[in-house]
Amino acid sequence: MTSTTYTVIFYLFAAITVFSAAFVVFSRNVIYSAFSLLFTFFGVAALYVFLSADFIAVTQIVVYVGGILVLLLFGVMFTNRIMMTDLKTDVLNIVPGILILVATIGGLGYIFLNRADWFVTSERLQGSVVERIGFETMSRYVLPFEMASILLLLALIGAAFLARFDKPGKSEQ
Amino acid sequence: MEFLTTIGLDHFLIISAILFGFGLFAVVTRKNAIVVLMGVELILNAANINLLAFSKYNGGMEGVMFSLFVIVLAAAEAAIALAIVINIYKTFNTVDLPSVDSMKE
Repeated sequence: MTSTTYTVIFYLFAAITVFSAAFVVFSRNVIYSAFSLLFTFFGVAALYVFLSADFIAVTQIVVYVGGILVLLLFGVMFTNRIMMTDLKTDVLNIVPGILILVATIGGLGYIFLNRADWFVTSERLQGSVVERIGFETMSRYVLPFEMASILLLLALIGAAFLARFDKPGKSEQ
Repeated sequence: MEFLTTIGLDHFLIISAILFGFGLFAVVTRKNAIVVLMGVELILNAANINLLAFSKYNGGMEGVMFSLFVIVLAAAEAAIALAIVINIYKTFNTVDLPSVDSMKE
């Protein structure tokens, strides 16, 4: 792949990511926001491939698109009476919000480009990262790995407990 | 022109800054709790891009592992937050955050 193609594809996915993220934020319709978030997640996964983290890109698609986005859509469907309301959501604090948006992007961009002195070495992460993730997970990061599994179990039990319909304390009264 | 044609660390950092700004904007301005959650997901994605970019341009594996754990935590956070939002809806009959103003049922 020549350098020009690489650059063009990078800018394509960067544009998809940024514009769909803007649509998520500025759209008034919650369903439109949720479906636009799909394109943001796919664009971010493509950017992960550019950063040679192929396993993270696949995980991003499986977990975010297959899990979190479906969960958010369920949330939208559950919490709006679709027949009665038109799924619009209001916006408040619009002027401070725009100020914060501009200040954040401008400040972070200025610091990243002009002020920061990153520790960039000549080494690059290259090739597939799957095998190294396996080794790291089972050696240096085995404690966080196990803690993440315990946390996921706790989150599963907690979410099922919080979201169920009849609480036992209420039905006794 | 040199900056535009050779993709480097700065390009990924700028994309992550833009995503972070949009996520913060959604958290600050939107009334619907679900859209606020979408903003939080955008912020987490921005952090992930940063971690992976530094990992790529440093040759180390730390950022890759951290981004994996961030994805795990994001999944747990989304599940718990959606359960809380559904409870808020059952109590207040709305998910608009300004109208959620009491802690009693």
